[in-house]
Amino acid sequence: MSALNPPIAPGQTREASSFGQLIRRNGWVIGLYLLVGALLITARLIRPEYGAPDLQSLATAVLPLAFAAAAQTVVVISGGIDLSVGALMAFTSVTAAVIMKDRGDEFGLIAIVLALALGLVAGAVNGLLVVISRVPDIIVTLAMSFVWAGCALLVLNSPGGGAADWVKSLSVGSYVTEWLPRALVLALVAIGVVWIPLRRSRMGLAIYAIGSNQVAALRSGVDVRRTKVLAYAVCGLFAAMGGLALTMNTGIGTPVPGPYTLSSVAAIVLGGVSLAGGRGGMLGPLAAAFILALIRSNLFFMGVDPNYSTVIQGVILVIVVMIGGLATLRRARA
Amino acid sequence: MTTPDHTAVASAGWLSVGAWQRRFREQPLLPLLLLLALLVLLLFTIQPGLLGRPQAWLNSTIRFATPLAILAACQTLTMLTGGIDLSVATVASATGFIVASQAPSQGPAVAIVLGLVVAACFGLINGIGVSIFRVQPLIMTLGTGLVAAGLLVIYQRFVITAGARVPEPVVWLASGTSFGFFPNCLLLLVPLSAVIIIGLRRTGYGRLLYAVGDNPIAARLAGVRVWQVLLVLYMLSGILAGIAGVVVAGVTNTAAPSGADSYLLPSVAAAVIGGTSIFGGRGGYSGTIVGAFILTVLASVLTVLKAPEPVRMIVYGAIILSVAAAYARVTSDR
Repeated sequence: MSALNPPIAPGQTREASSFGQLIRRNGWVIGLYLLVGALLITARLIRPEYGAPDLQSLATAVLPLAFAAAAQTVVVISGGIDLSVGALMAFTSVTAAVIMKDRGDEFGLIAIVLALALGLVAGAVNGLLVVISRVPDIIVTLAMSFVWAGCALLVLNSPGGGAADWVKSLSVGSYVTEWLPRALVLALVAIGVVWIPLRRSRMGLAIYAIGSNQVAALRSGVDVRRTKVLAYAVCGLFAAMGGLALTMNTGIGTPVPGPYTLSSVAAIVLGGVSLAGGRGGMLGPLAAAFILALIRSNLFFMGVDPNYSTVIQGVILVIVVMIGGLATLRRARA
Repeated sequence: MTTPDHTAVASAGWLSVGAWQRRFREQPLLPLLLLLALLVLLLFTIQPGLLGRPQAWLNSTIRFATPLAILAACQTLTMLTGGIDLSVATVASATGFIVASQAPSQGPAVAIVLGLVVAACFGLINGIGVSIFRVQPLIMTLGTGLVAAGLLVIYQRFVITAGARVPEPVVWLASGTSFGFFPNCLLLLVPLSAVIIIGLRRTGYGRLLYAVGDNPIAARLAGVRVWQVLLVLYMLSGILAGIAGVVVAGVTNTAAPSGADSYLLPSVAAAVIGGTSIFGGRGGYSGTIVGAFILTVLASVLTVLKAPEPVRMIVYGAIILSVAAAYARVTSDR
């Protein structure tokens, strides 16, 4: 699994060659997984009957956010940000739902392929606009979030559509043992199939390179514009997976974007991806997505009003980034 | 982009592209005003009925542009230092709702003060995070926005919503007219804009904002206490958001706990269209005001055209993007 989250971001190899720094860089992600474990144990303590079925439903519920976080991760590593992730998810979700409505199983495959292609193209359009317009990423994707949300409404103007049964079954239940949720396997396989080869290729290296220092990357012969478009296209692809996950979970398509844009940003920051670009991996944001969902469900088990859990999630996010800020300050002074 | 040779182009006449480009660069407000005029012209062409009662049209435009312009002030000021404030819409909604729910029992004045104190507190938290803990403004304000939204829902359960109504003076200020033609909200917008514009241009604090945004390290080395500047800035932004929230409550005349939420993206868009750079150090409030009016007129053009909602969203997004791109080209130094 280490390939998903290389201990050392390329471009920082020399700086991070000492063993202590290697541990420190991985420390955050290790800490996140320990936190996931602690939260699962807490869930068990609060509710003794917490078991495999709960784990399965947790993984199912996390799936859309996990893909959204993966999408955001790629773009943020490349030094950008995509505020249209939520709208793209809605767009691809309704497209898939409309294709599958009242049709046979074979249309499920068509819907998946088309939705993924649509996400890839829409993401590439975002990237092209960023490159061509030279307007900051945040503004371009903000404007495009209106466009994609509008497109979603054009495809389907109220929640509806359908999903093939085998598609719906992809994210529920488990494989082999009941402790291995299908949704978790789906997330790891889908993200891994795209990310691991990309990460090991020159293009992946280029994505990290333009994120950590665009000018240096350009001087070293990286095609910055092409790499940027690629990063946004991959982001769109992951967003399309998120949209498909929404359709899988609900069995329909909803044209109104969910809260996924903002929570994806929260998840990647919690996951140790630097908003400044060039740093971070996939494993951290994935853990962060689970942490956000686990906190919510644990609070629910404790009988806390769900509204408080929004507050608590916000507070945790703020505290975590403050601690992160303090740590960076310390390191800068040391 | 190919930048024409200015001396050669200048001799080609005042109508040439280069001459216009130079004029626009010297007067960045000019293209914005032209665009606004074009949009108004377009509006009157497609809806000649408006010509019969231009006063009513003007009043409603000003009424709807005022809260947007005030919220966009938050974005302008924070963007000048290279930041952004994503909590403004939630803080505005919270303030508006607090005023509406407290006014019947406490009286309008106390209610407004209470609301603004709450808004200032959220601004203070943002300021502490951004200035002392060096958290990225985007993520810090996102977190406090989440907290504010959650707290608002909880607060809503403790007050009797049935009794909540927007106090008369607020409605008078936000949506009333005096002497049959003078929109009262100008009583708020004009002094407020004057203070912000003059404050940015003429006061030491205003210049510090530009200095910090242009080069924070240089500002710090020059003896600027950057953290104090930022702390005050985010508090100001919170208070401005609170004021905007009161106006929104007055315009809509309803005590809704999510009244101002839809203003978030337009507030960023207005500042960007107005020529404020999201990277800091460049821009001003006068452009933002024009930007707010452009967006308001654009919205009414789309309404008059009776375009379906999705088409409206797509056009809205596309126009924000193309104006930002065109503006960046026309006024770019390179």
